[in-house]
Amino acid sequence: MTPPANPVSCDVAIIGAGIVGCAIARQLTLDGLRVVVLEKALDVLDGASKGNSAILHTGFDAPPGSLEQRCMAAGYRDYFDVAAELGLPILRSGAMVLAWTEEQLAALPDLIAKAHDNGVTDVTPLTRKQIVSREPNLSDAVLGGFEIPGEYLIDPWATAHAYLLQALSNGARLMRGTEVLSGRFDQSWLLETSQGEIKAGHVVNCAGLYGDIVDQRLLGHKSFAIRPRKGQFIVFDKAASDLVSATILPVPTETTKGVVICRTIFGNVLVGPTAEEQDSRTDAATDRQTLLALKSKGVAMLPGLERCEITAAYAGLRPASEHKDYQIRHHDKQACVTVGAIRSTGLSAALGIARHVATLLGIASRPLDAPRTIRADRLSDYHRRDWQEPDHGGIVCHCELVTRREIEQVLDGPMPPATLQGLKRRTRVTMGRCQGFYCTAELAEITEERLQRTIGCDHER
Amino acid sequence: MSDESCAVAVVGGGTAGLSLARELMRREVGPVVVLEREAEAGGIPRHCGHYPFGLREYNRLLKGPDYARRNRDAAARAGAEIRTSTTVTGLLPGGRLEVSGPSGPAVLAAKRVVLCTGVRESTRAQRLIGGDRPLGVVSTGALQGAVYLKGIRPFHRPVIFGSELVSFSALQTCAHLGITPLAMVEEEPRIFARRLFQPYLWLKRLPLYTGISQPRIKGAGRVEVLNFIDRHGANRTIETDGIIISGRFRPEAALLHRSHIEVDPGTGGPVVDQFGRCSDPAYFSAGNLVRPAETSGWCWFEGVAVAEHVAEDLAAAGKARTVPLFTREPRIRFIAPQRLRLVHADSSDSVIYIGLETSIDATLSARCADRVLWSAPLRGRPRRRLTVPLEPILKAAPDGPVELTLQD
Ligand SMILES: Cc1cc2nc3c(=O)[nH]c(=O)nc-3n(C[C@H](O)[C@H](O)[C@H](O)COP(=O)(O)OP(=O)(O)OC[C@H]3O[C@@H](n4cnc5c(N)ncnc54)[C@H](O)[C@@H]3O)c2cc1C
Ligand SMILES: Cc1cc2nc3c(=O)[nH]c(=O)nc-3n(C[C@H](O)[C@H](O)[C@H](O)COP(=O)(O)OP(=O)(O)OC[C@H]3O[C@@H](n4cnc5c(N)ncnc54)[C@H](O)[C@@H]3O)c2cc1C
Repeated sequence: MTPPANPVSCDVAIIGAGIVGCAIARQLTLDGLRVVVLEKALDVLDGASKGNSAILHTGFDAPPGSLEQRCMAAGYRDYFDVAAELGLPILRSGAMVLAWTEEQLAALPDLIAKAHDNGVTDVTPLTRKQIVSREPNLSDAVLGGFEIPGEYLIDPWATAHAYLLQALSNGARLMRGTEVLSGRFDQSWLLETSQGEIKAGHVVNCAGLYGDIVDQRLLGHKSFAIRPRKGQFIVFDKAASDLVSATILPVPTETTKGVVICRTIFGNVLVGPTAEEQDSRTDAATDRQTLLALKSKGVAMLPGLERCEITAAYAGLRPASEHKDYQIRHHDKQACVTVGAIRSTGLSAALGIARHVATLLGIASRPLDAPRTIRADRLSDYHRRDWQEPDHGGIVCHCELVTRREIEQVLDGPMPPATLQGLKRRTRVTMGRCQGFYCTAELAEITEERLQRTIGCDHER
Repeated sequence: MSDESCAVAVVGGGTAGLSLARELMRREVGPVVVLEREAEAGGIPRHCGHYPFGLREYNRLLKGPDYARRNRDAAARAGAEIRTSTTVTGLLPGGRLEVSGPSGPAVLAAKRVVLCTGVRESTRAQRLIGGDRPLGVVSTGALQGAVYLKGIRPFHRPVIFGSELVSFSALQTCAHLGITPLAMVEEEPRIFARRLFQPYLWLKRLPLYTGISQPRIKGAGRVEVLNFIDRHGANRTIETDGIIISGRFRPEAALLHRSHIEVDPGTGGPVVDQFGRCSDPAYFSAGNLVRPAETSGWCWFEGVAVAEHVAEDLAAAGKARTVPLFTREPRIRFIAPQRLRLVHADSSDSVIYIGLETSIDATLSARCADRVLWSAPLRGRPRRRLTVPLEPILKAAPDGPVELTLQD
């Protein structure tokens, strides 16, 4: 890519194409603003949004009155309309918070009261008997709990892609491989990036794990410090999804940090995440000891997992900070909004955050009359897939049943992947139980000149 | 739309599926359809660009791809229909198959179905190898596909993880495109392949690290480093651009898990009797799906044998009593078959496959209630072929479940 000769100019420059940046790009574009999204990685969703639990949370356990709680409530409400419009698959799994010790049992009433305070009024207690009859494969060591019927499973990548694609199809612009290095504000912004200069009326910093660094670069100071918190997961093969229906959540107590067991919309079962504070903003490595510990925690709750095959292991990094709440600040004298520390609920809250940011910016504009819509990737195992339709051209990835047509459409689409990782997130190729044993060669050929980081090492662009 | 039908549908056109299809045609059972999800039938040998294949089957020393072609041609010439790029997506009771080909989904109804979907290698995640998730971590199978079928090099200087026979195949595959492996590493205390392979490593000047622990892959975009602790407890770092995760075969049994057919937790494949018959009598199984894993030649002959049983079953599906064949011995990882059909057919070729958890030198006995049906010394190591004959056990006329036990 050669840097453009004249500075690109726009109403709003959004720094970071994670779930938050993508949602804000959509909101502001539909509001009628000219938006440019700047992403330093080769592809979008390369930061915190790369690996999460993919649960659409109601926000039942958010601190009442917090900004996080408000954004989650709004984001949750909006999600259903937006998902319907863009064709995003959703799966109502419901969730249960379960107590396995007396200490946890004692904590339940307060948690239920808090959920009601947060407006999640359908949260109701469950007896041990009710729990076991609904989830017969759970260990009988469970003591009690409550249910949150409104928790859903969603596709975390298709969601972000769809937000951004809708923005792009309505005139927004995406620049990948573009790192914001510094900026000067004088009536408007002049951003210096690794791909040249960008002129912007306003800037929104949604740099996730680098939010504080970008603040420092633009504003010369930072008001929070990112403290990355790693979460490792084990993914079990699809056969495990017969074992459990609801998302199983732990009771947070002083002494224990439990793990979540949940299905994914792709048909797998996740056990995780851990919560490990670390300095590195990039180290998303897994380690055997932790994975073994996760597995045994999972098996203790759901004994049937013992016999289930492991499909993958991964880790995500939460952009946490020293504060409990989101750090969303409007620096109005500098026409900049920082959207920082969207720690562990950003997927659910993104649409709510986007509304909030639009309000904070308060730029007068005319919303688009008839915004274009797009069709999101539909990769849910619980919905109809392309391989069930005529003329798909053959199945390439056998474990995830990804068709040649799906792969070609993504590679030729408006936001083609730059890496195999990106292709995986858009199609699920190689994400299944064989992890590329069967289809790597075929994929290497299909994508040979079409990715920036190719599977074969001799064709890298 | 009415479903299409055939006499026998073979799921998987690899070694076993193709030899079986040919034999079924020879036996004139009616239309035989082989359903193969790859663009070309042939199975794993298609991308094993090395010797030796075909010695017993064709009295010829062949490379994998030539051998696969022969198997394909033989089945086609015998009149079997081979449908490629056609994935079986569901197994329904009574022999009905859901399939999805390039033009879309359909249903095929067969009088008998034979499952021959083979094995694959365990993944990095299944072995809990920690670290980053960069590009350049591939199985031997994926490497072979890239190198032999597409001429694509995933890396230049990889480390081979594992020391089974197939790990040595990986070494050969690398040589084909001038890829130079840097080392072979193994978590077990000694290599799995037969000892005679070890000099080969010296010849190639390939360092071998056995008894390693805590392997960890590092790399941002592509693989950069493999870290591990060697058998002496020292931290080792190998700068490399790829990791080949080889061996630890497991059945390609995803279809089974989603179906009504009973799966054996030991092998990971279907529960079968000595004729390859599954829990749904319309289904049979042959080849490495039944037990991980034998050579291609072995699977070829197994295909022929199961074809014979299927043909007989089609001619006269007699009812016979079956009893479980099982073990509670922790040193045994799996046995196959897991059921015995108590009939007077000739079983002189039938064997019990035994997969070991650890090396043993003991006495194996087959018992029925308090009666010892048969016993013999048994020596072996994990991941090596180990079989015992079935004939003497059946001759002893068991009348209930048969248990295998080990005594030191
Ligand atoms: C283990 C785990 C489980 C989770 N589970 C859930 C869940 O179930 N439900 C839920 O709602 N949430 C969940 N979350 C939270 C959710 O994933 C995060 O809140 C969300 O991903 C944060 O997104 P973001 O856009 O703020 O940050 P990011 O995704 O990190 O995006 C920031 C982007 O900015 C880019 N960038 C950084 N610096 C620059 C620069 N200088 N110039 C240009 N670009 C730059 C980065 O490359 C990155 O792409 C979970 C998180 C983790 C880690
Ligand atoms: C990486 C690797 C290397 C090996 N190298 C050697 C070697 O050098 N020498 C040797 O003797 N043995 C080798 N083997 C052992 C190998 O398993 C046997 O050689 C032989 O291929 C087994 O035959 P099969 O018919 O059981 O399975 P395969 O040959 O594996 O055939 C299975 C076929 O089923 C198809 N299939 C699977 N699922 C479906 C579905 N749902 N729908 C339609 N089709 C499907 C597959 O595409 C495949 O073609 C190797 C195995 C592996 C995994």
